[in-house]
Amino acid sequence: MKKDLLGIDDLTTGDIHLILDTAEAMREIGRRPIKKVPTLRGKTIVNLFYEPSTRTRTSFEIAEKRLSADTLNIAIATSSVVKGETLADTAMNIEAMAPDMIVLRHASSGAGHLLSRICRSRIINAGDGMHEHPTQALLDAFTIREHKKRIEGLKVTIVGDLLHSRVLRSNVLLLTKLGAEVWVSGPPTLVPAGIARLGVRVSPAIDEAVAGADVIMMLRIQQERMQGAFIPSLREYFTTFGMTQTRVARAKPDVIIMHPGPMNRGVEIASDVADGPYSVILEQVANGVAVRMAVLYLLAGGVDVD
Amino acid sequence: MSRSLARIAHEILERNRGIEELALVGIRTRGVPLAKRLAQIIKDINHHDVPTGMLDITLYRDDLMRTAVGAQPVVRRTEIPFSIDDRRILLVDDVLYTGRTIRAALDALIEFGRPKAIQLVVLVDRGHRELPIKADYVGKNLPTALAQSVQVHLAEIDGRDEVEILEP
Repeated sequence: MKKDLLGIDDLTTGDIHLILDTAEAMREIGRRPIKKVPTLRGKTIVNLFYEPSTRTRTSFEIAEKRLSADTLNIAIATSSVVKGETLADTAMNIEAMAPDMIVLRHASSGAGHLLSRICRSRIINAGDGMHEHPTQALLDAFTIREHKKRIEGLKVTIVGDLLHSRVLRSNVLLLTKLGAEVWVSGPPTLVPAGIARLGVRVSPAIDEAVAGADVIMMLRIQQERMQGAFIPSLREYFTTFGMTQTRVARAKPDVIIMHPGPMNRGVEIASDVADGPYSVILEQVANGVAVRMAVLYLLAGGVDVD
Repeated sequence: MSRSLARIAHEILERNRGIEELALVGIRTRGVPLAKRLAQIIKDINHHDVPTGMLDITLYRDDLMRTAVGAQPVVRRTEIPFSIDDRRILLVDDVLYTGRTIRAALDALIEFGRPKAIQLVVLVDRGHRELPIKADYVGKNLPTALAQSVQVHLAEIDGRDEVEILEP
């Protein structure tokens, strides 16, 4: 493993399988009466979150605590950032207190790379702008692998706001690396230019994209990142791209439906699909803790010599 | 090897009345097939199934993160599909050396409950203890030099049963 986990490109195929296998072992710890192992005792991990997050921050914190690390959360609303401090200055000040790892969530793409250059601590990207969210892609792959026993050769269809989605980018990079056939679908205004170069099939027709799919992954319409009119209305969007029972029926009979959360019910996904038998959305959340434990454990070791 | 295991199985039965309380826990990797073999031998002797689990001690090691280079050791699954509370646990490993693995295993095991007792079974005791730990059942005492290493091969994993002493 490299020093930091900033994006999927930091990982070899071997690293990915090692993370997923390690996560299998980590998951068992969450089922014990005492859900804690002493592995990262004495390590300090700072969770630096510049964007609101419930799932990811909680998931990292639980993972850190189950490995016995000392963790602290910096919520930006109550920090010196509101007094005008830059990210680099905040990072160097935290670094001066010698943490071992920094988990960073930031609205700007590449924020993790900036920290990586100026910090000795290991940096884990917990979502940077519209760029990457590697641990989400890893937990998605873990969930898919558990249900399908493989990733290679599966048809995975990702539908929704592709333009603003870091989850999309990390998932495309990871799933194509592991040999899945990835289809993407969404309104043309929300399909990033040149996405086909990442090795995915692009189809504006959702019914074609989901036909025969093994996995359907729905992405949230990220209204907070939209400046301008990308879609006519949320109701129109639901009619054209929302995941309904009728559309699910076009996929394989054993399809699984995923969503990285937070969900907008009735916008990208119908409630009866989100809560239905194909949905693995809450499993994704549960697996997130195990996958993050695996990443924390593996990154806490030595750096590869090459 | 099979004669040693058969003798150990008899010793276990002799020392532990109340076989219902017994359970075997093998330390990964090679303690696991050894525990399974002991369970089979005990079953052959008195037709009783002794519950068997496996324990991975990687996350409890005392030598993690002591070097700046190199990958972390691989973590594998721990599976103890029974309550260890009030049971007599037979902890099984292939080689007893410094005792550090057993220290880690004891810490790991105790997080699963409060056993009535823990007894240690090893196939080979090669000496050179660094911690105050002693085996209750030993297949073979094998005096070695520190520079040597002892490798146990098992049919289930390595295709053959053999204990090998490697010279430096």
